[in-house]
Amino acid sequence: MRRLRLATVWLAGCSGCHMALLDLDEEWFDLVERVEIVYSPVFSDTKQFPAAVDACLVEGAVGSTHDLALARILRSRSRLVIALGDCAVTTNVPGLRNLLRSPQRSGAEAVLDQAYGALADLHPQHPQAPGLLPALLDTVLPLHAVIPVDAYLPGCPPPLPRLRLLLEALMAHQLPRLDGDALLRFG
Amino acid sequence: MELIQLWLNDQAVTVSVGTSLLAACRAAGLTLPTLCHLDGLTPVGACRLCLVEIAGCSRLQPACTTAAADGQRVHTHTQELLDLRRMAVELFFAEGNHICAICVANGNCELQSMAVLVGMDHSRFPAQAPQRDVDASHPRFTLDHHRCILCTRCVRVCDQIEGAHVWDVAYRGEHCKVIAGLDQPWGAVAACTDCGKCVDACPTGALFRKEEGLTGKQPDPAGPARLRLARDQGRWWIP
Repeated sequence: MRRLRLATVWLAGCSGCHMALLDLDEEWFDLVERVEIVYSPVFSDTKQFPAAVDACLVEGAVGSTHDLALARILRSRSRLVIALGDCAVTTNVPGLRNLLRSPQRSGAEAVLDQAYGALADLHPQHPQAPGLLPALLDTVLPLHAVIPVDAYLPGCPPPLPRLRLLLEALMAHQLPRLDGDALLRFG
Repeated sequence: MELIQLWLNDQAVTVSVGTSLLAACRAAGLTLPTLCHLDGLTPVGACRLCLVEIAGCSRLQPACTTAAADGQRVHTHTQELLDLRRMAVELFFAEGNHICAICVANGNCELQSMAVLVGMDHSRFPAQAPQRDVDASHPRFTLDHHRCILCTRCVRVCDQIEGAHVWDVAYRGEHCKVIAGLDQPWGAVAACTDCGKCVDACPTGALFRKEEGLTGKQPDPAGPARLRLARDQGRWWIP
């Protein structure tokens, strides 16, 4: 049987969801018999998002032009897209900067002013590296606000039983059915 | 005691006159989601989670503020009602700043639990990310308006159980919020007895004890019912 072509993507998040995936530990010895990881920040070294992906797990909110571009690419090349964890589903902590907006400046400018201005020791200035550093979007958005999403897996990070259920469903070329406290709780 | 009979999802149920539909549903073993309702306080029908369908009534009615009536035919879990309840919870999440991962009430929050109960895996509505205040002026408690869902449990428990009436609801629309005293900092309101009943009744992390910022919130939503029982019937129940 053909292995599931799985990609995992890390957008605006803390990588905790990927750490949770890694926490499946030795279960991965069996999983890789049935799953081929074709793109991932922690499981592979591929730089280009490949074609014909069966399922793509997306950690993190959409907070920069890089996140937005990658989200569109992964959607166009993946049969199923799963929002993995609270940041992708709700924007969670990365979305806190949306509260800092004012008529004068966006939430993005507010955090840049704080990090590279107010807290700078020597040369306060926003980082400038066009083409190298992606620009922050004015507003942090959940994944489903920019691309269609097929399934949502809440949790910060999603607990291991939830991840197991998700992977089992995907390996059976299905979407997980989530209900009840153990499978659906935010936070 | 005069008894009446009504039909809940085509099942005959007998209750005494004056019973609310919510109480009748619970007596029949039906689970209706609620957020503003709290046993021991008067119902207000604010959260709209317990809406039910009553035959012959063109509009859906909140079960908590509707009295059961003889011969009434009520449906509590139609697909339309399930969809509306999920939508109501999604709107709660979109309307305030409910970030479970960094909240004192994470794991002990009724809004979080309602999301599970109605099967909400995401909110279809854009987050409003409102800019609200945090009132930490009280020496023991904090009010974080970002997490307030305007259930008014704090308003009612302070008025009806503690008798201090520190809280009210002021302003309109998106600016609507609970206020202490005459819209003063909580710590400046002399009427507050520091009893903490509002904190224990709050379903979310909007009201919490300062030390709970480290330990996580441990609310006591059964408090008002316990005190009502003790005062009205002289029966004491020590948890």
